[in-house]
Amino acid sequence: MLGIDKKDRNLLVVVAVLALAAPFILNPFPAGSELAQFNAGYPDLMQRFVIFGIFAIGFNILFGLTGYLSFGHAAFLGVGSYSAVWMFKLLSMNVLPAIILSVIVAGLFSLLIGFVSLRRSGIYFSILTLAFAQMSFNLAYSVLTPITNGETGLQLTLNDPRVLGSSATADGSIPVTNLFGLEMRSTYEMEVGAWLFQFNAGYYLCAFIMLAAFYLAMRIFRSPFGMMLRAIKTNQTRLNYTGLNSRPYTLAAFVISGMYAGLAGGLMASMDPLAGAERMQWTASGEVVLMTILGGAGTMLGPVLGAGFIKYFENIFSKINDSVLHGWFAFLPDGMENALVTIVHPFVGKGWHLTLGLLFMAVVIFLPGGLIEGGQRIAKMFKKKKGSSSDDDSEHSPKQAPHVAE
Amino acid sequence: MSKTTLTRRGVLRSGAVAGAGVALPTIFTASSAAAYTNEPTGSTVTLGFNVPQTGPYADEGADELRAYQLAVEHLNGEGDGGMMNTFSSKELQGNGILGKKVEFVTGDTQTKSDAARASAKSMIEKDGAVMITGGSSSGVAIAVQGLCQEAGVIFMAGLTHSNDTTGKDKKANGFRHFFNAYMSGAALAPVLAARYGADRKAYHLTADYTWGWTQEESIASATEALGWETVEKVRTPLAATDFSSYIAPVLNSGADVLILNHYGGNMVNSLTNAVQFGLREKEVNGKNFEIVVPLYSRLMAKGAGANVKGILGSTNWHWSLQDDASKAFVKSFGTKYGFPPSQAAHTVYCQTLLYADACQRAGTFNPCGVGQALEGFEFDGLGNGPTLYRADDHQCFKDVLVVQGKENPTSEFDLLEVVEVTPAAQVTYDPDHPMFAGGQLGTCNPGA
Amino acid sequence: MDAILLQTLNGLDKGSAYALIALGLTLIFGTLGVVNFAHGALFMIGSFCAVTLSRLLTLSFETVDPTKTDFLGNPAKVKTPYVEAWFGPEAGGTIIDWAVPLAIIFAIPVMIAIGYAMERGLIKHFYKRPHADQILVTFGLAIVLQEVIKYFFGANPIPTPAPEVFKGSFDFGMLIGMDANAVIYPYWRMVYFFFAALIIGGVFAFLQFTTFGMVVRAGMADRETVGLLGINIDRKFTIMFGIAAAVAGLAGVMYTPINSPNYHMGMDFLVLSFVVVVVGGMGSLPGAVLAGFMLGILESFASMNAIKAIIPGIDQIIIYVVAIVILLTRPRGLMGRKGVMED
Repeated sequence: MLGIDKKDRNLLVVVAVLALAAPFILNPFPAGSELAQFNAGYPDLMQRFVIFGIFAIGFNILFGLTGYLSFGHAAFLGVGSYSAVWMFKLLSMNVLPAIILSVIVAGLFSLLIGFVSLRRSGIYFSILTLAFAQMSFNLAYSVLTPITNGETGLQLTLNDPRVLGSSATADGSIPVTNLFGLEMRSTYEMEVGAWLFQFNAGYYLCAFIMLAAFYLAMRIFRSPFGMMLRAIKTNQTRLNYTGLNSRPYTLAAFVISGMYAGLAGGLMASMDPLAGAERMQWTASGEVVLMTILGGAGTMLGPVLGAGFIKYFENIFSKINDSVLHGWFAFLPDGMENALVTIVHPFVGKGWHLTLGLLFMAVVIFLPGGLIEGGQRIAKMFKKKKGSSSDDDSEHSPKQAPHVAE
Repeated sequence: MSKTTLTRRGVLRSGAVAGAGVALPTIFTASSAAAYTNEPTGSTVTLGFNVPQTGPYADEGADELRAYQLAVEHLNGEGDGGMMNTFSSKELQGNGILGKKVEFVTGDTQTKSDAARASAKSMIEKDGAVMITGGSSSGVAIAVQGLCQEAGVIFMAGLTHSNDTTGKDKKANGFRHFFNAYMSGAALAPVLAARYGADRKAYHLTADYTWGWTQEESIASATEALGWETVEKVRTPLAATDFSSYIAPVLNSGADVLILNHYGGNMVNSLTNAVQFGLREKEVNGKNFEIVVPLYSRLMAKGAGANVKGILGSTNWHWSLQDDASKAFVKSFGTKYGFPPSQAAHTVYCQTLLYADACQRAGTFNPCGVGQALEGFEFDGLGNGPTLYRADDHQCFKDVLVVQGKENPTSEFDLLEVVEVTPAAQVTYDPDHPMFAGGQLGTCNPGA
Repeated sequence: MDAILLQTLNGLDKGSAYALIALGLTLIFGTLGVVNFAHGALFMIGSFCAVTLSRLLTLSFETVDPTKTDFLGNPAKVKTPYVEAWFGPEAGGTIIDWAVPLAIIFAIPVMIAIGYAMERGLIKHFYKRPHADQILVTFGLAIVLQEVIKYFFGANPIPTPAPEVFKGSFDFGMLIGMDANAVIYPYWRMVYFFFAALIIGGVFAFLQFTTFGMVVRAGMADRETVGLLGINIDRKFTIMFGIAAAVAGLAGVMYTPINSPNYHMGMDFLVLSFVVVVVGGMGSLPGAVLAGFMLGILESFASMNAIKAIIPGIDQIIIYVVAIVILLTRPRGLMGRKGVMED
């Protein structure tokens, strides 16, 4: 079915179930309880999980398969966002044309940058992509302000011309993004006992697109084209000696992953119609690199996990402040409560960067294959207990090649 | 310290215990059951404090958070009451807002539009915040203001100085207490002309982004109106750390004043570099060379050390003011934290009090009601003299301070001295002034 | 003409900072083959060595001065540094004034120790790991280091002035017969330039003229063979890491009077220093130094009004434009060797 083997089909089903049931899975703690702080099942964060998941899946097609480490992928995401917002401003609030345009524009932009950058390999390639992205960011922030609205970011206004649709709604507000009338922000709230679950239209659109993107990436990974890309990673020189020109393959991979980034950018703008220049900064490019490596480069599921991991820290840990801490430890005697708060304090709230940095180090030191390896080790432990023979999933975690790129 | 969290969701929970395990679809599309977004139904109300906690403005964000905590204490009737005692409106009782205890959530803007919006969204979607406030840059303020307009909550801007916040990007749900670039120019120019003479030639270095441009435009037109000549306007990259190549040509350009339209780290570095180049000891056109920093922040100016001495600029508020309100605030803040508050702390404290008072007067948390109560509101006793929250653009009009780096500071906080308090009338402009044109407030959005 | 001279001087100065950072980075790249994203953090820690020393020197005891009041109206506490109490206000004041140059002595052992600990404790285990892992772990380390500094010193820049004698500027133009004020140059920036030249010269001399340097150079060229000859190359490389850290740290110490240090200054320099190293050519020390000065000078020229008038925003992107042009015309940067970090 679907042109993939059983193992992959199972993986796809697992991902589909996880994505569709995310509002339940991410909200394990009852609303109002002290642990509700750790709930991530609200629309904005769930959308971010899947959108950055798409971004990382796309990045992994380039990095995981060919080994080419791009440090400028955020530029494609940014370009995608800008095109989507311009589409909202000029054409219609329907997200479909916006997303399509953002994929196309990002594809063309990545074709241009890829064509130039892929003339070099290794770290020289990385620096070329970094240079292009930083140029885009610096220009978007300053001289390109008429197109990008600079520091503030491109926003919708009440005076947008919008050809198909109105500039403003009847009550004088800016119209909201929708898919043929279904508003992206509309949320169905469901109470189950002490729990409150939110089902957001925008999230489900993102989730379905992510599943499609995941399936497509899976097909690419298993296709002859994917094999060719792996061959490039393993030994490009040998490939060249056999008379094959590897450049079209790497360029195709580069453009595909650029289009994934554009798709993510377009979705981001569709969920929240604003495009800021910071999306193109090198830190944003670095973030997707970290997501992919953290989750497990070259694996199907790893980058998605990595994306979720980083976004979770950014959004959940940064919100834990001292009064929340006092709330948690309130059951303890005062002295101990204060001591514990003092110990935990540097790692949460404004110290969330510190925790993230420590976790980066811990993961890479103890789990060389990324988070996915952690999952495999746990799975293996269970399998051993059951006494069944270990079934190493080498397809999903090919051996790390000992170099950035070739 | 124990805390009972009784948010809207908490109450929903207690109401729904009976149906445990049974799905009870209650609300469809953006909570049509409530009158407005995140209507507080329990005994508490949640405010969202969205400030930079990482990145270059983290210290400013930390000071804002301190002021917010102080304001919440005062609203809930703890502490000495601070400026609640001097505030001209006496609606606040010290029992929270409209009888509901004030609780808060905090988030990190990272001084990035995206992160700031994500953080504000999580406060609105997850924590049920009915008002968002904070921030330390105009880009973030405008981005979050736009979000709050869409989501249907009130946004009380923190430190944002760009004309655009209440100019071309103004929003019905957004309110700004802080002054703006136009006001800086209007307050500073007469002082500059009086001190340095009317026939000066100015060289502008400007941070190359929206705030820098509005600042440059404001101060240039204000000084030109008084007879100054603008020799050159040079844009510098935001990411620049070493300004030597921009400062070196200044002396040779025929200019005798350098105006640094920089803020934060940019300001610290460009000012330090300018002093390093010995500009202030030079004479050009037979006059002493002068440097001006239109927007001062005491916290940041500290980073420039002794280089700020004698340099003129403007600020929204300074702890050395001797009116009762400022003294009460400094005492309250200083007793709790051991150092005087910054202008960022002052403005966010005022914003929290103003919001609470408006709810109280409106008798509701509905953004439309609160907005109406704030529009055209005249008050006093918050440290800036008589102030008007103008209805046309949601900007506060109040006195602006012209300050100068102190020659002989007595402590590490004593960096600036107030040289003139420019009356509000002198910095007031028409709502349709060209520097503020192009935007519309729109209508208030309660979100339901 | 004077504008060009002026910007060349500025460029030399900017370039010396770039060159110093890139030099340290290349030592690690070239010798150990490790992509060290924490190198900017080492530069930052160097700066904070200067801050720490100046804090230590101004450690004070407090006396209550009843004639003055603090901001709350209480009697003010007056701080007197111990140094001034011990050596008298005159000599004590001079010592405090000279905190930054003194910090050089303080920073060398500290930075070598940090570099040593980093290499033995962490980097050593990553020689055989993919570059991607090295990036992740050193990036994590950089975040941790800067957050620790932020925890103790705050996020705002901290003023760390140069000694009084180096304040102000020197009229370079007058010296060569130009008008007054045409070409002025701050004294401290000249100090920085000569200091950078000294360090760069020192590192080169060390690698060129000592046996140790010879072994390290041999190791850079062919690590395995050197190992087969019975030389403990790992040991040598650890020391190289310490030296690289010290070079970055000293660059940071001397940089503090130019720009007040803050906790994220390392990240600000990180991307730039990688660009410099790659433009110079991977593994080439002269290349790194050359690229550092070249990019510094070009950046200064790009910020001239005359040039900005022709191409708006060129000063925003000049570094990257130059990097792209050079990498496309010279595949391995200015002086890169074949096969280093290409696979």
